[in-house]
Amino acid sequence: MTENAPNLIGQSVARIEDPELLTGKGTFAADFNRAGQIHMRVLRSPVAFGRLGGIDTAEARALPGVIAVWTAEDIADLPQIDFRMTKVQGLGPYRQWCLARDYVRYVGDPIAVVFAETAFLAEDACDLIFPEIGELDPQLDPLDDPSPYMPETMPGVLSEPAVLRKGSGDVEAVFAHAAEVVELELSVGRHSGIPLETRGALGVYDRDSDTITMYGAAKVPHYNRGAIADMLRLPVERVHLSEGHVGGGFGPRGELYPEDVLVCYACRRLGRPVKWIEDRREHFLSTNHSRDQHYRLKAAIDERGVIQALDAEFFTDQGAYVRTHGATVSDLAAALLPGPYLIPAYRVAGHIRLTNKTPCGTYRAPGRYESSFARERLIDAIAARKGLDPFEIRARNLIPEDRIPFDRGIDALGTHVVYDSGKYHDLLARLRAALDWDALSARVAARRAEGERIGLGIGYFVEKSGLGPDDKVRLHFYPDGLICIVTGVANIGQGVETAMAQICGGTLGLPMAGISILHGQTRLIDEGRGAFATRVTVMTGSAVKLASEALLDQALDLAAGRFGLPREELRYRAGRIWHEGGASVTLCELAAEYGGEDGLVAEGIFRSDHMTYPYGIHFAQVKLDPGTGGVQIERYMVAFDVGRAINPMLVEGQITGAVAQGIGGALYEEFVYDAAGQPLVTSFADYLMPTAMEIPPIETLIREDAPSPLNPLGVKGAGEGGITAAGAAIASAVEDAIGRPGVVDRLPLTPERVAGWLRG
Amino acid sequence: MNEKLDITLTVNGRSHALGVEPRRNLADALRDDLGLTGTHVGCEHGVCGACTVLMDGRPVRSCLTFACQAEGAAIETVEGLADGDRLHPLQQKFWELHGLQCGFCTPGMLMLAAGALRENPDMDDEEIREVMSSNLCRCTGYQNILRAVRAAADVMRAEGAQG
Ligand code: FES
Ligand code: FES
Repeated sequence: MTENAPNLIGQSVARIEDPELLTGKGTFAADFNRAGQIHMRVLRSPVAFGRLGGIDTAEARALPGVIAVWTAEDIADLPQIDFRMTKVQGLGPYRQWCLARDYVRYVGDPIAVVFAETAFLAEDACDLIFPEIGELDPQLDPLDDPSPYMPETMPGVLSEPAVLRKGSGDVEAVFAHAAEVVELELSVGRHSGIPLETRGALGVYDRDSDTITMYGAAKVPHYNRGAIADMLRLPVERVHLSEGHVGGGFGPRGELYPEDVLVCYACRRLGRPVKWIEDRREHFLSTNHSRDQHYRLKAAIDERGVIQALDAEFFTDQGAYVRTHGATVSDLAAALLPGPYLIPAYRVAGHIRLTNKTPCGTYRAPGRYESSFARERLIDAIAARKGLDPFEIRARNLIPEDRIPFDRGIDALGTHVVYDSGKYHDLLARLRAALDWDALSARVAARRAEGERIGLGIGYFVEKSGLGPDDKVRLHFYPDGLICIVTGVANIGQGVETAMAQICGGTLGLPMAGISILHGQTRLIDEGRGAFATRVTVMTGSAVKLASEALLDQALDLAAGRFGLPREELRYRAGRIWHEGGASVTLCELAAEYGGEDGLVAEGIFRSDHMTYPYGIHFAQVKLDPGTGGVQIERYMVAFDVGRAINPMLVEGQITGAVAQGIGGALYEEFVYDAAGQPLVTSFADYLMPTAMEIPPIETLIREDAPSPLNPLGVKGAGEGGITAAGAAIASAVEDAIGRPGVVDRLPLTPERVAGWLRG
Repeated sequence: MNEKLDITLTVNGRSHALGVEPRRNLADALRDDLGLTGTHVGCEHGVCGACTVLMDGRPVRSCLTFACQAEGAAIETVEGLADGDRLHPLQQKFWELHGLQCGFCTPGMLMLAAGALRENPDMDDEEIREVMSSNLCRCTGYQNILRAVRAAADVMRAEGAQG
């Protein structure tokens, strides 16, 4: 029997991570140093596509202070970088090598690598390397017919690695009898996570144990450890990854890139610690880009505007190579394109296309930011055709509550897509009420009559979170009352430590003060899945809960033995076990008595084969400047059912931060290339990340109406929903302000485009 | 180019003698020569503001300042902001109001706000927003940063009035 003190779960407590970060004591990748370290610098391709000939490195090698200069030949034993997550076949040939072989395929493709005594010297030496490159015409448009990938060395291999097909229901039959058909073509521009900290790593080799340790790891340390060990043909115990602080994740950061492998390989081969810190220009050229999709949608609708079938085709421009994510973005786009709507028949073909641009991977809400934009544009087009308001058209198409759990009949990331819980109509009604929609519409109409270009828009989304298959944590309870939770999860700035401490403290009825979380260290725990796919609170959080309960279990058994009393008669509260008859013992005493050096130890393993599906709605009110085409966001709201909020303040923080990124992708951020494949965006002066001036206060309507039945906490991940329908809602509002249905067909909504649409 | 200059930097009230190449920027000198890694480098081209420190009380981009230019100036970094164990009101409010996530931009944000509030302790909300818009944050969406600066300004004014 247990009774607990006021529950920490659900409270907006301040983060335990913060004091270090606030006082300058964080350890980010560039903050790691080792005596005797040398510095690595990568020479990158200056052209988008070309046949790589000889590389003259003599002058660079001769520069005093240069320790080594390598090209692909020097690391011929390193294989291509493999996929972390993909079940799609046929992608193998398109994997990237650590240094380019035979061809360069994008501006930024690593050609050679220099190791020198100082970072300056390494950079100077790069200027003394002269590669011979026979420039070729790049493929830049993913909609053009696929072209030869490496024409001479891989004849017959074309730039379309795969086409993903999914579907359920008889699409052909529905279209044959459709009342009306609506068609749309839409695109989402190329942008990415762009964390404020660039990538970086320090590789340290210990000769005695023949062990490599890489500092500066992030996101998926355990997976990357295994992948690096495989590539270096070392037993996995000989490679360790260690995560410090990470200056933002968002998808790109922490994937396995050529530089990580090179740092590890070089520290062993050269016998010196090797440090590499990416500069911002390199980041723009070499770290994963994302989005960049083009959609062709065709919907069969009935008289009421209800979609009966959706036939979709889309193209993902994945850049030069297929990196660690494999087909993930396209897979998720295809699986979640139908979103919260019933759509009885659905068919999709997702083309993965390669071009001569920076390779792509995931970015917060991968495949969903894009597909939500496409789907919600379609819904708006149907609304316009039928003369319905944005709430009514959605209400008519949403999946009703009595159909949930809802089986879409398709797969995503190898799991069956079943929406686990949701009250979609209810949330729509709540948002409408929160906005006081009719009054708001009247106010907007009045301002329009005065000549202002005002628009309102909404976007509905379904997210996914909590990707399995499992997660394990180990909990130590020490005699002094301190608790240490060891987990293979990673902290990329999202507040993992606080959330996990809350779950542990909440379950045990103990304050957070004595709880610490050790994460991202492959030395400390043999398994760990890391932090991606908004999985941490669901998977690791559940494992923490189970470990805390296991500890309690163990303690009750020990106490029962100690008292010689039946376990059922014991009670627990806030760290103390007692019996009505007067016997009493604290967890600390039990740990002192029965725990060894490691204290009382309990493990929690949580398994799940299904993802959970949070959902929500974005609302935007915009004002256009008819002169410049500038878009000002006057008001923004997100209604979001997260199942259960462990820490509402952190949930709000996640939403607000994600909305800001969503606004960036909708209005400002875009990687643009010229006709030769030269990137025009290589600094923060060209990549327009929103500042405090562009982001309005974000209102949130956080709901816990549909807890997930799939985990003991009822949580669904809250990390991505703040971005998912941002592009959709803003596009909808801008189109409403322009007043011409169907014109807004692409993101970002740059002033130039908006001005063009306004002119008509 | 590689010849070193002997300079003295005064950082958080302590002077340090060091030899630096003329091309070494202040951010690198603070981080690599003095081990003060609280100052972060996010772009090295003067846009992100992660490297903001105070020079004679005013915020500067340490990535755009050569170390030798800082000789003779009083430099303040995030490591000197707290008063021993007592957090500066800005640090305290960033903490309470969740003004940071990954924390990478935070030192720059704190130093920017500290400098701006020293110049004008009575900034209104719009002025705060405008000042803080000179630094980038990718995680928070800024709202809690603005709130934290507002709240800290209020605390500092009240403390100033008392003391
Ligand atoms: S690092 Fe100095 S402004 Fe970005
Ligand atoms: S908190 Fe991560 S960049 Fe600001």
